[in-house]
Amino acid sequence: MRHSLDTVLPGTSVRLVRIGGERAFRCRLMELGLLPGTSVRMVRRVDLGGVLELEVRGARLSVRHGEARELVVEPL
Amino acid sequence: MSFGDSRTAAAGRLARVAIAGNPNTGKTTVFNRLTGSRAKVGNYPGVTVDREVGMLALADGRKVEMIDVPGTYSLSARSREEQIAIQAICGLPPLDAPDAVLLVIDSTQLVRNLYLALQVIETEMPVVLALNMSDALEANGLVLDRAALERELGVPVVTVSGKTGEGFDELRSALARVLDQPNVGRPGARWRTEDPILQSDLNAVAKHVPAAWHHGNESRARALAAWALLSIDERDELADAPSELRAAVLSRRKFAAAAGREIDGEIIRGRYGWIDARAPLFVKERASGELSVTDRIDRVLLHPIIGFTLFLLAMGVVFQSLFTWAEPVMGAIDGIFATLEAGTLSALGHGWVGDLIARGLVRGIGVVFVFLPQILLLFFFLGLMEDTGYMARVAFMMDRLMKSIGLHGRAFVPMISGFACAVPAILATRTMERQRDRLLTMLVVPLMTCSARLPVYTLVIAALFSTDTKVFGFLPVPGLMMVAMYVFSTVIALVAGAVLGRTLLRAQNVPLILEMPPYRVPHWPSVLRMMWTKSQSFVTEAGKVIVVCSIAMWFFLRFPWSADDALPFERERTQLVATVDDEGEREIALAAVGRREEAARLEQSLAATVGRAIEPALAPLGFDWKLGIGVMGAFVAREVFIGTMGAVYGIGSDADAESTALRDRMRAEKRPDGSPAYTPLVGLSVMVFFALACQCMSTLAAVKRETHTWRWPLFLFAYMTVVAYVASFVVYQGGRLLGAT
Repeated sequence: MRHSLDTVLPGTSVRLVRIGGERAFRCRLMELGLLPGTSVRMVRRVDLGGVLELEVRGARLSVRHGEARELVVEPL
Repeated sequence: MSFGDSRTAAAGRLARVAIAGNPNTGKTTVFNRLTGSRAKVGNYPGVTVDREVGMLALADGRKVEMIDVPGTYSLSARSREEQIAIQAICGLPPLDAPDAVLLVIDSTQLVRNLYLALQVIETEMPVVLALNMSDALEANGLVLDRAALERELGVPVVTVSGKTGEGFDELRSALARVLDQPNVGRPGARWRTEDPILQSDLNAVAKHVPAAWHHGNESRARALAAWALLSIDERDELADAPSELRAAVLSRRKFAAAAGREIDGEIIRGRYGWIDARAPLFVKERASGELSVTDRIDRVLLHPIIGFTLFLLAMGVVFQSLFTWAEPVMGAIDGIFATLEAGTLSALGHGWVGDLIARGLVRGIGVVFVFLPQILLLFFFLGLMEDTGYMARVAFMMDRLMKSIGLHGRAFVPMISGFACAVPAILATRTMERQRDRLLTMLVVPLMTCSARLPVYTLVIAALFSTDTKVFGFLPVPGLMMVAMYVFSTVIALVAGAVLGRTLLRAQNVPLILEMPPYRVPHWPSVLRMMWTKSQSFVTEAGKVIVVCSIAMWFFLRFPWSADDALPFERERTQLVATVDDEGEREIALAAVGRREEAARLEQSLAATVGRAIEPALAPLGFDWKLGIGVMGAFVAREVFIGTMGAVYGIGSDADAESTALRDRMRAEKRPDGSPAYTPLVGLSVMVFFALACQCMSTLAAVKRETHTWRWPLFLFAYMTVVAYVASFVVYQGGRLLGAT
């Protein structure tokens, strides 16, 4: 059951399947450790700022809601 | 041939070490610990990125030059400023090659930090790794195996704590060792692809890497080929990438895509694969079910209601401190320079030389120093927010709002600081990483209603709008006008941001992918140091420009200086002294002569000549030439408008916004045809002009300081002046069409 990252509930861990969007965007995410196959935990949603906080390889990252829509994930 | 080998001695220069690392690794603290307090701040050529250079003394007394490389997660680059990292680390032209690279690693985020380390090691530069934040490991439930890291990476690894100073002696000796024997820190690429197709991609691109980049070293050529494959594309903004290299990258990528491959992904996955396979050797996690301290703090600070309230409170404190708390100190500095000015005048006499030194030079220096309290305060708060990690949260919470007007979330603090003063706000744009975000913020911040506009509004409103007129029967017009001016300038600033951000400073939509650093106790010496370097560079760099402008404005407003003009006033004074016995009466009469002399001088000045000459251009805004002098004189600073108008009308340049004499005089002023020179419509036109025009030499000097070029300050001045002129024109002419007087 695949869906986009922005629909994941806080506290849930998922596996990244595919990154869409532009090449530069994909490269940047991958270089920060968000590679397909990586497990990602949704830490929290900051709806006021329109951003999500993720935990990847022990580090905290944030992406915008719109950008999280480009990330396809599946349950672990 | 290899790099770094004893080229130092041969060239007879100091050895050079580049210090690099991810953002938020405490790199600056390590740099400060190694180099002490003195660092020279320059900038990297072609970009608005500060380049700090410090001196490091090794144990044997040798001096080493230490160069700060902007923090980065990867060497890959899309823009010229991201390109600085690879250029500074590998010494690609136009930058000089360092003899070694000191990589600062955040021990608590080891895996991600190692990605950059692998990239740097691939480039065949001699590397020393500093595991910083070692003091925070325990709190994070982590144990690192330094020896395993050293073994697997093949470079010296030293554990340090920038906070406590632990490990710095070992770090110095590791640097000395690598400088003496570069091969100790140059183990060769750790990850090499086994895939023959990717190998052939790398080799094919490597052939087109310029010799000036790889100096005949094949491994480095391959590393730079990997860099090019990750960096170059159809829409990058890189400088100095040779066209053959560019063509090679694009064609290889096209072939790969046709075969269903993605070269970027293969390279990045390869490096992370190497790291992931060894991570269990390096890091031992001690399981803990507890929420980390950062998580517990974020529960509160990022809470939709509590967090937002605390955020507003924090921003309120920042704003209040700039707006109100800095005031007494600024007043005191003003007072000191006023005394100095008066002292200079009486010491050097009332000739033009004395007047120039007192009213041009001393006053100009005073203008520079008056900004210091606000700069120090703002950078204290910025340092605190950056160091604790709160700034990243501010950027998050404000991202949606700021993005809607084309600005970065981090632009929020400079924007609200702009309500107090544009100068510290412009210096504060440094907290943004991208040049484009910084520029856009600098171009918009001067439109915010700064405190220097308030006296102008106060005077105009008090002189021309009666408190007896009420809107809806209870809202007095003057108060409403003031609120309206704030709303007007904020709206225009937001519109300007949106327009400039979509036209002149159009950027590729770079996604916001930011790190949420853990909360940390601020490192006070670093905060203090930033306050100091910021103030110092403002005084020396922007200060020069401000003083020169101040002197130029003196000539504009006081020249031509003719001694003959003073004669009748001298005679009058001599007569007064001889005839009036009562001391008080005499003082008052003398002061009146002085004011008339001031007005007469101003009427003879270049400014008046120019004012009369451009009167036809000012008339459509409702300005006469005297107002023209006031507007031009306000280039020194907006509030100077009041003193200039005081001088123009012979009321004295010491008039302030509350001066009833000046108000009355303005109301009484008539045009040649007998109609009043100042109507409420003229007042509105003046206020709109002041809201939008860049009448502030210090703002321009600050933009010059930050962008290292005259292009942007000149553009800022031109665009704001045009917008101000057009807006005042529309207000005045529109008002007249609607029948307002």
